[in-house]
Amino acid sequence: MSERENIFTRIREALRVEAHAHGPKGLPTTADHRRVLPAVGATTEEQFALFAKNAVDLRAAFKLVKDNSELTAELRALRDVESWKRIAAHRGQQVEALVVSLGPPVLFTDDGCDKHELEKCDVGISECDALVAQTGTVVVTSRTAGGRALSCLPPHHVIIARREQLVPDLSAAFALIKQKHGANYPSMISFITGPSRTGDIERILVLGAHGPKKLTIFCV
Amino acid sequence: MSTPATHFNEDARRVAPDLRHRGIIQTAMGKYETVRDQRKVWFQDWQGARDLAAQTKWDAINHLDKHLEQFVRNLEARGTKIHWASTGAQAREIIFGILKAKNAKVVVKSKAMTTEEIHLNDAMEHAGYEVVESDLGEFIVQLRQEAPYHLVFPAMHLTRGDIQETFRDKLNDAPSDEPEELTMVARRVLRQKYLQADVGITGANFAIAETGMISITENEGNARLTAALPKTMITLVGIEKVLPRLEDLALFLPMLAVMGTGQPITAYNTMYGGPRQPGEADGPEEYHVVLLDNQRTTLLADAEQRDSLGCIRCGACLNVCPIFRNVGGHTYGTVYGGPIGSVITPHLRDLQDWKHLSYASSLCGACTETCPVKIDLHHHLLQNRRNASQGKPSWLQKLAFKIFAPVANRPGLWSLTTKLSRLGMKLRALVNGSVLDPARPWTKTRDLPPIAKQSFREWWKEKESSKLQAPSSREIPSTKHQ
Amino acid sequence: MTISLFIPCFVDLMYPQVGIAMVRIFEKLGHQVDCPKTPACCGQPAFNTGYWDESRAIAIPMLEALKDAEAVVIASGSCGAMLKVFYPELFAGTKYEQAARELAPRCWEFSGFLVNKLGVTDLGAKFPHKVTFHDGCHGLRELNNKRPPRDLLAKVWGLELVEMDAAETCCGFGGTFSAKFPAISTAMGDMKCTSALATQAEYIVSCDSSCLMQVQGLLDRQQKPIKTIHLAEILAQQ
Repeated sequence: MSERENIFTRIREALRVEAHAHGPKGLPTTADHRRVLPAVGATTEEQFALFAKNAVDLRAAFKLVKDNSELTAELRALRDVESWKRIAAHRGQQVEALVVSLGPPVLFTDDGCDKHELEKCDVGISECDALVAQTGTVVVTSRTAGGRALSCLPPHHVIIARREQLVPDLSAAFALIKQKHGANYPSMISFITGPSRTGDIERILVLGAHGPKKLTIFCV
Repeated sequence: MSTPATHFNEDARRVAPDLRHRGIIQTAMGKYETVRDQRKVWFQDWQGARDLAAQTKWDAINHLDKHLEQFVRNLEARGTKIHWASTGAQAREIIFGILKAKNAKVVVKSKAMTTEEIHLNDAMEHAGYEVVESDLGEFIVQLRQEAPYHLVFPAMHLTRGDIQETFRDKLNDAPSDEPEELTMVARRVLRQKYLQADVGITGANFAIAETGMISITENEGNARLTAALPKTMITLVGIEKVLPRLEDLALFLPMLAVMGTGQPITAYNTMYGGPRQPGEADGPEEYHVVLLDNQRTTLLADAEQRDSLGCIRCGACLNVCPIFRNVGGHTYGTVYGGPIGSVITPHLRDLQDWKHLSYASSLCGACTETCPVKIDLHHHLLQNRRNASQGKPSWLQKLAFKIFAPVANRPGLWSLTTKLSRLGMKLRALVNGSVLDPARPWTKTRDLPPIAKQSFREWWKEKESSKLQAPSSREIPSTKHQ
Repeated sequence: MTISLFIPCFVDLMYPQVGIAMVRIFEKLGHQVDCPKTPACCGQPAFNTGYWDESRAIAIPMLEALKDAEAVVIASGSCGAMLKVFYPELFAGTKYEQAARELAPRCWEFSGFLVNKLGVTDLGAKFPHKVTFHDGCHGLRELNNKRPPRDLLAKVWGLELVEMDAAETCCGFGGTFSAKFPAISTAMGDMKCTSALATQAEYIVSCDSSCLMQVQGLLDRQQKPIKTIHLAEILAQQ
């Protein structure tokens, strides 16, 4: 017998006696989850305010911009303050032209890139799949945000999102992922909440343990 | 003879009175408790969330075969290679096979307790691979050649000064004892390792059956990089880690963060469902998932304690456990410490060798009260004690309890015992606290109250027989407060 | 109501004043107190050590002695939890399971009985002292008795309750644990004493004499100023 069969045989043998259940059996519904999880407010305005509060509490920078020209101005300002010399991005509809217009050379990751080159970039700029109000989270995937490394190797990750990408809670975010990608999931889906952090030394918060030290979210 | 029990006792005797250790742990836990409690009230119904989490885990574990099949089928459909390991040795063999096939030299790891469980690091280092732990806490304890102190905070027993010293000795790079600067030293060192590594090894917090994905919860981004840069990725995951559906994460991700670190959600929660897919920019060319049994099916077969397989390794039971806080994480001598470790280690290893951990508890129940998936931890400690004494009783204890029963049951014998105790205590007082004192385990550090001149039962008998009005309550005899 | 009072072995021998105070309080409230011919012990030491057969040798006569009792009050949260919560586990799958399940709802720890069963909080007691309260683990977590002792203390004339940090943390007694693992038990007790001393209270109050034995034992050895007292002793002070 293969180890797979051995293990399944032991599992099935073990499960012949049912364990006592403390409460009801069967899986909870999304409504059950929403009854217990943190509240998110009813209106989109409330949810935007909640997203902004959560993101900032968790040390991300968040800015609602009214159009692409304001967005460009914001990015130029960041470019100058942080003296970006190399930018990493992907050929997304929202970011491609924008990053090229910024000036510094752009490393596009879409068709694969040298990881050493990516590591030398000052910033990674990507789109996202969703913003989650409940937790201040940004959802990215390997298909829609330039792969796995773009959003975590450069020291600053900038997200370009659209207002309609805001979802109220984690349940809605998972439902959206299923709806959008369910037929063929990307190999990576990441829920990013604030910049990389650690508390491993005396439980003192330090940003930028391994991933980005800064996370900036622009929402158009 | 040196056994796990004698080790435990020796270490406990050394660490429990150590005030420096106590101070470090109290400070760290104090910070944790404050944020954890803030986050619990952020939930609309925290107790309700625990019920739902327990309900979900009940389904996951009690239909493990069905969920595992689905999990594996979905992963394989998108090009993941699945391996099955009944034992730690088999898991190591599988991983070594992959390392050889890939001609690997440098392996980067993100924090995974399953790899601790199968002693993978030691084995890889002996075989000549360069192995780097990338989680900061794990990296620190790896440099010190120590085991992780805690499931979630591997280096919580160390001060910044200790860590500065370690970095100075091992990396020759320790500009100051500032946590910020020390973290940046590790960042610099480890960045180079990610870029060099041929293989990345991770664990998994959850295995999603519905979609065939593993989910990793982390803060540093080290698992993200481990899963992004090396050409080969391996995940070692216990078979019990399944969750039925993707949407179950909506409940478990915030609960794990609240209980694990007191965060609303950790910085990165990432699901991986295969190697780099067509059209994707990067990611490993090969993805291997190694499913580990290593006695989990033994625990599964114990219906009474099966719920302990629902553990999400948040460490909350360790944090509230007064035993853990006093003896520390290394004293257990196990991969999984604290209450959950005391419950499961006898199943994963050997009951008679590890039963002492189930006895090393005051059964205060703080663990059970806090557990986010409602594992009946302290009841399981009692069950382990029962199973251990049924399997291999201590004849002396058994005899003592056998003699005690009729004494407790017969008023005449109890009355005689009361009188004998008074005499015994007077004699014992002569050797109070000394090595001759039969009560020395107690009296070495504590006084023992005297047997009352009149016991309650003697008083009651007198009251009943005389039927006299009792004296006023001002005259209640009291041994202490007067 | 006829109250069947169960005085556990160590209260009987070392803290009779606690049982006597309970008798006084119930009689003052106009109830009949009875001490049925029960075993002197609830069987918890054997149960906790894993010797369930030996524990049942005591628990079976206990079930029989209390089978007709209207209400059983147990002068200890820990022993109360044994009768109320752990007997059904001890007898699960045996012919005594039914009897254990029937006994459970009739069992009460002293403070929970006064507040939740009798609906009494004000006993007209006077105790003009600053006190802090230690939650015994079994009373707190098995019997859910967080409020009752505090409700009772709130009505005691002159009494000031100052909560200590970590009031809910175990004192380190734990029955045979305290003798099997004295170093751990002592460290836990020391932390409890430190919390209590920080309140500058004169007394540590609890519903469990066993916890107080641990704490007082350490305080006496270290010659610390704070004293211990059972809740019933305070409530009996007029």
